[in-house]
Amino acid sequence: MILDTILSLAIVIGAVFVLIGSIGLVRLGDVYSRLHGPTKSTTLGMGGHLLASVLHFSRAGELSLHELLVTGFLFLTAPVSAHMLAKAALHLRVRSVTAAPSPDDAESFPETAADAQRDA
Amino acid sequence: MITAALYFGYGAISLSLLLCLYRVVVGPDLPDRIMALDTLYINGIGLLVLVGISLNDSVYFEAALLIAMMGFVGTVAWCKHIIRGTIID
Repeated sequence: MILDTILSLAIVIGAVFVLIGSIGLVRLGDVYSRLHGPTKSTTLGMGGHLLASVLHFSRAGELSLHELLVTGFLFLTAPVSAHMLAKAALHLRVRSVTAAPSPDDAESFPETAADAQRDA
Repeated sequence: MITAALYFGYGAISLSLLLCLYRVVVGPDLPDRIMALDTLYINGIGLLVLVGISLNDSVYFEAALLIAMMGFVGTVAWCKHIIRGTIID
């Protein structure tokens, strides 16, 4: 009964995260912000689903861990493919919703860790 | 309770597949379409996992693992083709 509850919760939470990732893919403004939805939210949702299936197939008695292979693979490959996609978009000079700051306007750059160290 | 959760999962993932399909069709740029295809195959893995749970059959994991590997290789190949013009150099 408790196991059923945990399993159902893992499925529902995973599905909600997957849905949020895809809504982000449709709703956000440009390629660079659209990268955030699929790479973070969808991957986390998939982790929920695979956790649910580990629980379900371990119920017979012996621990079933080969679902963790898929989870580990997805968690390793999502950042790599996001990095490649961002590089491809930069290479094609895809339009961004915010303009890049001009190099003369030093005020518009955010403070970096190196700046903070120099000021201290 | 698991049946209800599985139906909810089927609905949510099917809706996400439709949203990804919208992004594949509308674009507007090539990286958008590649990203939408990437999300499409990840959602496909999720749907396969849910089918595996509801049919109580662990053979669907082999399919999920294969889709994960092939999809990743496909995404990287597309990006390399955009960046370098060749895939293997």
